Amino acid sequence: MYAVFKRELFSFLSSMVAYITIAIFLLVSGLLLWFFPDTSILDYGYAELDGFFSLVPYLFMFLIPAVTMRSFAEERREGTFELLITRPIQIWQITVAKYLASLVLVLFALIPTLIYYYSVSKLGFPEGNIDSGSVIGSYIGLFLLGAAFTSIGIFSSALTKNQVIAFVICAALCAFSFLGFDYTSQIASFQPIESAIANLGINQHYTAISRGVLDTRDLIYFITFSVLFLLITKLIIGGKR
Amino acid sequence: MSISVKNLSKHYDKQKAVDAISFEAKPGRILGFLGPNGAGKSTTMRMLTGYLEPTSGTAEVFGKSIVSQAIEAKKHIGYLPENTPLYADMYVKEFLSFVGQTYKTDNLAVRIDEVIKMVGLTPEQHKKIGMLSKGYRQRVGLAQAIIHDPEVLILDEPTSGLDPNQLVDIRQLIKSLGAAKTVVISTHIMQEVEAICDDIIIICKGKIVANNSLEGLKKAHQQQSLEDIFRKLTA
Repeated sequence: MYAVFKRELFSFLSSMVAYITIAIFLLVSGLLLWFFPDTSILDYGYAELDGFFSLVPYLFMFLIPAVTMRSFAEERREGTFELLITRPIQIWQITVAKYLASLVLVLFALIPTLIYYYSVSKLGFPEGNIDSGSVIGSYIGLFLLGAAFTSIGIFSSALTKNQVIAFVICAALCAFSFLGFDYTSQIASFQPIESAIANLGINQHYTAISRGVLDTRDLIYFITFSVLFLLITKLIIGGKR
Repeated sequence: MSISVKNLSKHYDKQKAVDAISFEAKPGRILGFLGPNGAGKSTTMRMLTGYLEPTSGTAEVFGKSIVSQAIEAKKHIGYLPENTPLYADMYVKEFLSFVGQTYKTDNLAVRIDEVIKMVGLTPEQHKKIGMLSKGYRQRVGLAQAIIHDPEVLILDEPTSGLDPNQLVDIRQLIKSLGAAKTVVISTHIMQEVEAICDDIIIICKGKIVANNSLEGLKKAHQQQSLEDIFRKLTA
């Protein structure tokens, strides 16, 4: 399993895929956070990162499908999938290895943004006046959100040989699981079970963790979410034989 | 018996790609798997290597069932899939080391050098796989199949697309590997069969139509050329 993980990660790092997606992610998040007047911290006037944390999920909806779309789709198209599956490795190990490699890449995209935290804390008055608890919580939330999106991405990639289709399916599923349940719960006839439906969506749990309160229920939600998608992926890969 | 297949079938909807075939393969002999395109050669090999799941029937490699003990069985198999799929973005050595790691091969660095020498990859060993010519890609394919020194080698059209010089080299290599291992190869080229195979199975429309040693097959058909025998049985 470690061999597959290593190969996946190296193949990200030796191709331009990783660098370009991470660079664009940092560029866009940097522009939005510091430069564009509507979202800029400098115009906002408060030394806090809430704006950043509410923006990143939307960037992830494009970044993560771009990272994960190739994982199974490309192997299927190139025929190397046959090479992989005839090794003495369990299918769930292949699935998890690919998942972890993509997740590490997402982590690589997040780490440089810590510099925003440092800059904003310097801007505070007095210096260092920033709600660190909430920032830590938000980063944990962001990581869990990334983990959930990555599992969707791996799942989408297993569905098809075509990377573009994998990208589109993943982006759509990410958007729906993040916002779709909130919107659905607003429908009038769902009023009695409004909060139950909203609770199925990622947004509720992400917002809860972002407040700096790490609740076990939210944690369990994210873990279940990822495990569920990886399990379906494993079944698809195993069943297509 | 290192490979023993009983009533193995693979059905796609109503089409029977492989229809209840049974055969055995012995160590130290090279088994040639012949048949027209679409006869079920690749499907059979894919079932033996665990890529496809059989619809029914059993197959054992080295006494391990390919369905219930798939991981154990796979450890004894070296497999070169049709069209030699390889990770084009990896370097030759990097790729061989990845394959070796999946088998948890001991002394991997030494073994990689050994295998590179065996298949004649020495001049190209520092290149990216994507940069290699067809002949060298084929050698990388063979190298990854033998890296863990498997008892059973399954090679799906190992010589397709090679020039005559490369053809001779690769055949020589397969023949020398066949001395100690069980080798199953599929091919369309009759001269190749005569040159390296000990036993022959001809498969047509998913069924075995001949299963004999090379001499036995010729004797049974009054010393006709292999080409004529093939055409008579599969037409």
